[in-house]
Amino acid sequence: MSGAHVEVSGLVIAVDTPAGERRIVDEVSFAIPRGEVLALIGESGSGKTTIALSLLGHTRFGGRIAGGTIRIGETRVDRLDAAGLGALRGRRVSYVAQSAAAAFNPSRPIMAQVIEPLLVHRLAGRAEAEARAIELFRALALPSPEEIGRRYPHQVSGGQLQRLMAAMALITGPELVVLDEPTTALDVTTQVDVLRAFKDALRRVGATAIYVSHDLAVVAQMADRIAVLSGGRLVEEGPAADLLAAPRTDYARTLFAAARPKADAASPAPGDVALAASNLVAGYGQVQGGIPAIPVIDGVSFALRRGEALGVIGESGSGKSTLARVISGLLPAASGEVRLAGKALSPALAGRSREQLRQVQLVFQNADTALNPAQRVGEILARPLALFHGLTGAAAEARVGELLDLIRLPRELAGRRSTELSGGQKQRVNLARALAAEPDVLLCDEVTSALDTVVGAAILRLIDELRRELGFATVFISHDISTVRAFCDQVLVLYGGTAVEQAGRTAFARGPHHPYTRLLLDSVPALERGWLERQPPREAVLREGEAGLCRFLPRCPVAIPGTCDRAAVPLREGDGAAWLCHHRPIALVAQERESMT
Amino acid sequence: MNARLKTLAGFARALPLSGRIGLALVLFWLAVALAGPALAPYSVGAFVDYDVFSPASARFWLGSDYLGRDVFSRLLWGARYTVFLGLGAALLASLMGTALALTAAIRGGWVDEGLSRAMDTLISIPSKILALVLVAAFGSSLTLLLAIPAITYMPGNFRIARALAMNLVGLDFVTVARARGEGAPWIALREILPNMIHPWLADLGLRFVFIVLLLSGLSFLGLGVQPPHADLGSLVRENVSGLTDGALAIIAPALAIASLTVGANLLIDALKPAEGQS
Repeated sequence: MSGAHVEVSGLVIAVDTPAGERRIVDEVSFAIPRGEVLALIGESGSGKTTIALSLLGHTRFGGRIAGGTIRIGETRVDRLDAAGLGALRGRRVSYVAQSAAAAFNPSRPIMAQVIEPLLVHRLAGRAEAEARAIELFRALALPSPEEIGRRYPHQVSGGQLQRLMAAMALITGPELVVLDEPTTALDVTTQVDVLRAFKDALRRVGATAIYVSHDLAVVAQMADRIAVLSGGRLVEEGPAADLLAAPRTDYARTLFAAARPKADAASPAPGDVALAASNLVAGYGQVQGGIPAIPVIDGVSFALRRGEALGVIGESGSGKSTLARVISGLLPAASGEVRLAGKALSPALAGRSREQLRQVQLVFQNADTALNPAQRVGEILARPLALFHGLTGAAAEARVGELLDLIRLPRELAGRRSTELSGGQKQRVNLARALAAEPDVLLCDEVTSALDTVVGAAILRLIDELRRELGFATVFISHDISTVRAFCDQVLVLYGGTAVEQAGRTAFARGPHHPYTRLLLDSVPALERGWLERQPPREAVLREGEAGLCRFLPRCPVAIPGTCDRAAVPLREGDGAAWLCHHRPIALVAQERESMT
Repeated sequence: MNARLKTLAGFARALPLSGRIGLALVLFWLAVALAGPALAPYSVGAFVDYDVFSPASARFWLGSDYLGRDVFSRLLWGARYTVFLGLGAALLASLMGTALALTAAIRGGWVDEGLSRAMDTLISIPSKILALVLVAAFGSSLTLLLAIPAITYMPGNFRIARALAMNLVGLDFVTVARARGEGAPWIALREILPNMIHPWLADLGLRFVFIVLLLSGLSFLGLGVQPPHADLGSLVRENVSGLTDGALAIIAPALAIASLTVGANLLIDALKPAEGQS
């Protein structure tokens, strides 16, 4: 491998702690041939980002490169001084961060920021730099490449901003591009386009790349080689095709298993209707005639029985989280009704009794902000016990212990502050606080999206087991369609605040009924190489659908001219599902089309 | 009492060195404020030296002032005004300001709007003029000297506390508490206040320093602590003519103010929440 373009050998990155030196990256070696993409995968804390950043000669958290060599071409990055690193970064090695929204300066136009690397390194004048940027915008399939540079970061979508950041990284024609989870924050539908744009652009520039990700399916599309990391050590490394087909180590197999949750058996015989919503309309701004100025949820209805799980999916902005807030009373519905065990709930929190508040519990997405950092785990869990069940003193303490057992955390954690817990532990405590109320309905809002695949899968399994054991109904909000498919008895697909499809588990398993559901399903990368190349190009449309017509119309690949753009969309029912479309089930339509050609 | 001393010792041990110095200074000045008059060798207004601005001697440890009074005695008497009036007013200002700020942040809407505008009105009144009017109306008294700085510095604290609380009020754990049906007092005192306590304390320290200055200014105008008594600030002001001679009469109270305010701020800065110590 001496001919490799990038070579890391025996890399040790250490941080100095009061207890002595701690190695966060330990004896990691790999090599990447010129023009190939190496993926670094592993859980958080596995050192993947630390290794990726070390290729820019940068270490975080007061860490330092304590041993080993990093070579790019003929340059030893580990031996460069500040001036040498300045000449390297942004010119020969560039970086694409996870959150483009945080990486762009919101007060400068995009173009000025994209061409900055060229100007800083004096590689081109402003006019030439801008011409090059526009060329890259075109290569990255950005809409109106001549115009987009004049906008400010908040004026473009998340997926576009991520591609603009790639343009910034590629504009100097670097030898090596480091991409750090560049699509993790994006919707699946957007992710496909961004991945394709990245792949094409990398190939065009001929750069070698390091792709950091925890999503194996994404890695399968992007990488030529894969390195699996755990606890700062290299577990396994090899060509992507071999590794995906037959991982050699147990750890890699665990990661692979967590990547796609397996469908569980159906729920136990469901009981009475626990939670029902009819024609919910909610949003922000002044309400006039039951319709808010900015509607977010528009006419959503469902019925959920005890012990059942309802999955709510949709892209960001589809109103998923708003639905949870409306059910919990945080955002009063403008019209429509939520019924709990047959009794209508007051729309606002203030009108609900303590007993009703106990029955509906909301688990927030981000456990970092959902747990009060000033309180200890024991206090956090004891509060709902005191409030809803009147438990105090030794009785509350005993119950806190039981709750910790229930969520499989050691009882000693009761004395810790939430800031001293890991991400997975925090999310378990977050869940335990909701369970402490002994709710009848548990609303889970994207509870795994901030977690690693392996940790997230464990949380999902835990919620699923507890639901079967304790018999509460669950509303499971997620953007991850495979999760919803595996854990839910009913699926509700939201698009622009409207339920475009509602289906039972078996009906949903038979295939999508609405074209949007199909788009969502098709956008989830498969764990096989070459999937990305088979995807038909999609046009990202940000236009809203016209009032009265199908909202999905501007993006619909199977719209019927003369029907969909004229007549109001009908609600079709059958096959254990209901969907808003002029078409019969889209799965059938698609099959017929394929058989015709 | 013994147990209390033990907790204090434990508390001191947990502090970094700077915090221990601060704690020692604050405790020292509290002790002086409490016991000072009992220890003072001379009465506060007694003219005991024929010489003015005399240097330190066995009779007058810190020399004499511009009227030939014993500086050491006056310092021991004066400390209680600065410590109790200053700290008292700072605490009063911060407690009132923060109580209103938390109400504004949690209730929001017109309550927030009304309180904020009222505070803006208050902040626009010049403090010295306000003091003059109040003293003219009610006559100078210790209660008034406590109330004037408390009212003057309340709006500033309100602004800061409201900004801190606003950042916290939107966080998920507060939303969780609301969804659980918690009342406003619980949300304010248990969910929000503990998370803003450190910047709040820093603000308290700053306000304390400002109030010492305001009280000194008032004393200089003859509106503050009435002669023959004087707070530390007025000791500096009344001996200002000794500055050219480098008289102890001005240096000693100045150092006293400095050590008290620096001590208070060192202590407050050391009270950082124990985070990142995993």
